[in-house]
Amino acid sequence: MTNEIIRLVGKKDLFIQGDEATVYGALLADCKFFAGYPITPATEVAEGMAIWMPKLGRVCVQMEDEIASIAAVIGASCTGVRAMTATSGPGFSLMQECIGYACMAETPCVIVNVQRGGPSTGQPTEAAQGDIMQTMWGTHGDHQIIALAPKSVQETLDLTIEAFNLSDDYRVPVVVLLDAELGHMREKVVLPEVKNIKVEEKIKSNIESDNFKPYRKHFKKSSKIPNFKHFGLGYKTYITGLTHDERGFPVTTSAEVHEDLVTRLIDKILDDIDNVWYYEDYLIDDAEIMVISYGITSRPAASAVKMAREKGIKVGHIRLITIWPFNYEKIKELLKNVHTVIVPEMNLGQMIHPIREVVGKDVKVILAPRIGGAIHSPKEIFKYIGEVKP
Amino acid sequence: MKTGIRISGFGGQGIVLSGVIVGKAAVLNGFNAVQTQSYGPEARGGSSRSEIVISDEEIDYPKVESASISIIMSQEAFSKYAPMTENQGIIIYDPELIPDKKIGGNFKLAELNATRIASELGTKIVANIVMLGGFCEICDIISKGSMKDSIKDSIPKMLDLNISAFESGMENIKKINW
Repeated sequence: MTNEIIRLVGKKDLFIQGDEATVYGALLADCKFFAGYPITPATEVAEGMAIWMPKLGRVCVQMEDEIASIAAVIGASCTGVRAMTATSGPGFSLMQECIGYACMAETPCVIVNVQRGGPSTGQPTEAAQGDIMQTMWGTHGDHQIIALAPKSVQETLDLTIEAFNLSDDYRVPVVVLLDAELGHMREKVVLPEVKNIKVEEKIKSNIESDNFKPYRKHFKKSSKIPNFKHFGLGYKTYITGLTHDERGFPVTTSAEVHEDLVTRLIDKILDDIDNVWYYEDYLIDDAEIMVISYGITSRPAASAVKMAREKGIKVGHIRLITIWPFNYEKIKELLKNVHTVIVPEMNLGQMIHPIREVVGKDVKVILAPRIGGAIHSPKEIFKYIGEVKP
Repeated sequence: MKTGIRISGFGGQGIVLSGVIVGKAAVLNGFNAVQTQSYGPEARGGSSRSEIVISDEEIDYPKVESASISIIMSQEAFSKYAPMTENQGIIIYDPELIPDKKIGGNFKLAELNATRIASELGTKIVANIVMLGGFCEICDIISKGSMKDSIKDSIPKMLDLNISAFESGMENIKKINW
């Protein structure tokens, strides 16, 4: 796979944008279907897919809008192929109903959201991290999804591949959250060798087709992830957004069936959170102040932490790579010796809420907000660190 | 070593492409490089800016604060970004596009009539490549070979014209007496 793609591309060292990195990530992850509607600053994803997918005998469709795009992706996924769409804030808003459908029907899919300034059409070409809460809570009802926030172009490629793996493993939509800065930023990227890419085989089943229940739990690794059989394999497979039983048939008035199903949709991920939750830490052992960041903001944050350390300030840095689910237990443990947490975000305060919740009243949590397009400067974050009083 | 380069002008001049060429050339030269860009929603016109950070270490902050080198191709960009060049930094600009060249501060100013040189070569669309020739000649960060390889990789069409533009830029900037 990798070799075929490297042969097509002509080289494996590239100098490309974050948007393009999601394209190469998807190609390497064996994504067979892309449906999307172009929108700044995510257009380069659709553009790249339109160039490469047909060359590999795969499908790329420009749909009439974002609702149709995510619907087509869910449909393709039901036939057992890996499928992806890409958009920005306004399109992501339109996709919310179908993202809930994919959660409920447990259909794997990858959604790239290159965030721009909102609300509404806002600032098309400017970066923001305004969709953090929407990513988790944009669709209605209780549910759990997975969201990954890369900080560099190489990591965008690697995490796009990982998004496909997690989506298949947990049968849940996975959102790769970029922003206009990272989406349009160019860096050196090395296409990884095929052995580093886990393209999961579909789980084989020896259940007779008549007895097959697509939403039977405790099937895979005694977990709560069902062994769905995709369309076309000869199994009776029924999908719906309505509350359903193990056969997939609607049962909409039973509290027991609803509770059992919705709790399972959440627990199938949270029970296994340590295998889903990725983070990076830097100089945290003796830290009394902690900077918690994610995505592009982690880069000026890392510079600011280095500047503060040079001044002798005991500050550490935690970078959330998986931003949803939020690992309450682990983050609480990482923060047990600090008196102040600083949260730089390109919004007016979103990820700060679960952080405040996790530390309680004993730890001061300070927001370092920035909106309008430009990313934080290291000096700006350093100033927040310097002003902390123990 | 960490160098910040800012290229600015208006949409349609190839400002972003110039940034890509410099960034790619730096990587070909063995450096780490990050290229970022900023522009409005217009296809042509409007202000356009591209920044490149080149370093032999890992690059955290991807943006340029005070540029070591500014390459400027419009009046609006000159007024806004020339003062955002570091003390003793180099400003390469096209004087015919910038009627008001007043600037305070302590900079090394390098005039390069890129648009005129490009027109003499046949088309002013290669003015940005003329500027890159000037940049390569006086800044001594990226080798001529890497710059040419990057131009070849980034602009597959009309390679000869672009190489001529690049070499004219190198040649013409030598006439400057600091």
